Amino acid sequence: MSGLAFDLAHLFAGLMVLVCFLMLYQDRLYSLLNTFALHAFVLALAVAWQAYIQDAPQLYVTATIALVFKAIVIPVALHRLIRRMDLHREVETVGGIGRTMLVGMALVALSISVMLPVTAAAGTLAREDLAFALSVVLLGLLMMITRRNAVSQVVGFMSLENGLILAATGAKGMPLVVEISVAFSILIAFIVIGIFLFRIRERFDTVDVGALDTFRGDLR
Amino acid sequence: MSLGGCALAAVLVTPLVSAALLALLSGYRTTSRLNVLASGLSFAAALVLIARRPLPNDFLFVDDLNVVFIVLNTFVGFTTSIFSASYIRHELETGRLQRSYLRFYHAMYQVMLFGMSLALAAQNVGLMWVAVELATLTTVVMVGIYRTHEALEAAWKYFILGSVGIALALFGTILVYLAAQAVVGEGLPAMSWLILVENAQKFDPALLNLAFVFLMLGYGTKVGLAPLHAWLPDAHAEGPTPISAVLSGLLLNVALYAVLRFKVVMAKNPAAIAPGPLLITLGLGSLLFAAFMLYRRRDIKRLFAYSSIEHMGIIAFAFGMGGPLANFAGLLHMTMHSLTKSAIFFAVGHVAQAKGTQKFADMGGLTVTHPALGWGLVVGVIAIAGVPPMGVFMSEFLVVTSTFSRQPLLAIPLVSGLLLAFGALVLRLQHAVFGAPVGQNHKVEASYAPMLIHLALVLVAGIALPPAIVAWFQNVSRALG
Repeated sequence: MSGLAFDLAHLFAGLMVLVCFLMLYQDRLYSLLNTFALHAFVLALAVAWQAYIQDAPQLYVTATIALVFKAIVIPVALHRLIRRMDLHREVETVGGIGRTMLVGMALVALSISVMLPVTAAAGTLAREDLAFALSVVLLGLLMMITRRNAVSQVVGFMSLENGLILAATGAKGMPLVVEISVAFSILIAFIVIGIFLFRIRERFDTVDVGALDTFRGDLR
Repeated sequence: MSLGGCALAAVLVTPLVSAALLALLSGYRTTSRLNVLASGLSFAAALVLIARRPLPNDFLFVDDLNVVFIVLNTFVGFTTSIFSASYIRHELETGRLQRSYLRFYHAMYQVMLFGMSLALAAQNVGLMWVAVELATLTTVVMVGIYRTHEALEAAWKYFILGSVGIALALFGTILVYLAAQAVVGEGLPAMSWLILVENAQKFDPALLNLAFVFLMLGYGTKVGLAPLHAWLPDAHAEGPTPISAVLSGLLLNVALYAVLRFKVVMAKNPAAIAPGPLLITLGLGSLLFAAFMLYRRRDIKRLFAYSSIEHMGIIAFAFGMGGPLANFAGLLHMTMHSLTKSAIFFAVGHVAQAKGTQKFADMGGLTVTHPALGWGLVVGVIAIAGVPPMGVFMSEFLVVTSTFSRQPLLAIPLVSGLLLAFGALVLRLQHAVFGAPVGQNHKVEASYAPMLIHLALVLVAGIALPPAIVAWFQNVSRALG
């Protein structure tokens, strides 16, 4: 039983890393959002599985938040946002997708080589989960750096945050995980609502951060 | 509940209740007065905490270290709310701030104060993280409240960099929990400060090291240490000035407080890396970088934003040196910087309103056209540049002397950074306040009281720091290791 428990936990965590790579090579915003929904769905599975094997019912709340909020509500809201504001549908990248993928692989290697020796003392479950989680976090960061539109930066941030939730649920018995995942959801809701409410569109011609680089407060 | 418990509850509940009220009420008069009243009540409750402490529980506690910051925070929150009342009135009259946002502004102000007090009083590392995030979020919204192109961009940049920082800090927090969980078992105790410090020597050093790197990067972004500072100048320059005052004076301190707490945990574990050198490097880097950047500023709020980076660098350096004297200097400098920098922003806010601009090019002869503001700014800048007899001089002097006695080589970059920054501030100040009047002159009904109170406190601290405070800070510095 315990063998199966570990295997499945690793499978889900590994899947999350894989989906991160899928996100890295999306070049259309819609398909990026769909891939993100998949990412959140895998997170929900991983968290639910952790809740089951750790016998920690409160984690089911986190899993539900991941499923309902991140896999359904946010992608749908962003879809509508893109349509309503008539944004550019392409994902503009800095420095080519191939190169980004290579950097991504290097980051995964880095996080595994950093985490495995350090967490040798922690249980096997926590150890490998953390290595995967750190990979997801770093890949999310990479995505935020290499994307130019605001929407894909938000998606990058959300995938980074998925990695954090994965790490938090993998740390056995960590308190406040539910509260932290709620806090994160509020943060994300804030920004999505923020884009709606403040009608960034009306000020910026695109929600493309590159287009804003003209502003250099000091030097005018 | 004991008196201390009631006081702590009041510090936390007052801003929450008033935020709810302020979100419902409208009208400038009522809301700005309620805002001042609520901030004043929190400050009064915080004063009670000095004498009476509540017993620590799983989530909240008050000790010698954080009570200093809670009192300082609520005090500056209170004076800023007075300044904000007159500042916001002018912004409403000129139409820069839309009336419909007023409610929102005041409610957010109180939520931000709540977030900062909660972060300071948190006994649980996870709760502290949530509170810092809450405070960050509210400031993001406040920075963007003018809805101009620049303000929105500044808010976006702040949001993205701030969230990345906060995310890294959470990863570090999880690692700390893992290190603690192996020793003290699962559940809430493994995230409590008191238990972390007590058991730190038994933690796995490798895990702690890794955790500290993440925490330092994460909370360091919030402190604004170079090279993680990119959000800071924009956020200071584009938001309403009361927010710049609390950002510089309080929020940076709160993030630094988090770093300090983790530093104490690290210091208890002899096998873990010493956090000192990392703090010294980041601190000196920020000091020198900001000192050079000060020379190129064309915008008055940006100038003082860079000056905040510089001072955060000095403070990080002092705590990195460690030991009772340097820690004492660091604590004193945190306090003095908060008071002085917020006083400067109080003056700058009204100056920018009087001149209708934040650009130095359109400013000149302030002492002639607006004597009170102009001279207030002069005193503030003299104080922040570290000229005696102001309090900042004393704390900088202590940092420098303790460096000379322990690491004389490090004193060279430290002193050159201080001198460079001094030169830049004096150069800029001279253009703005003396000489022939330049630019437009609007009438402002400024509230001078907050600025004067802050500057008077800084002056008193510089001339004769009350022995009770000295003893208190010495006590805390010993505990900081």
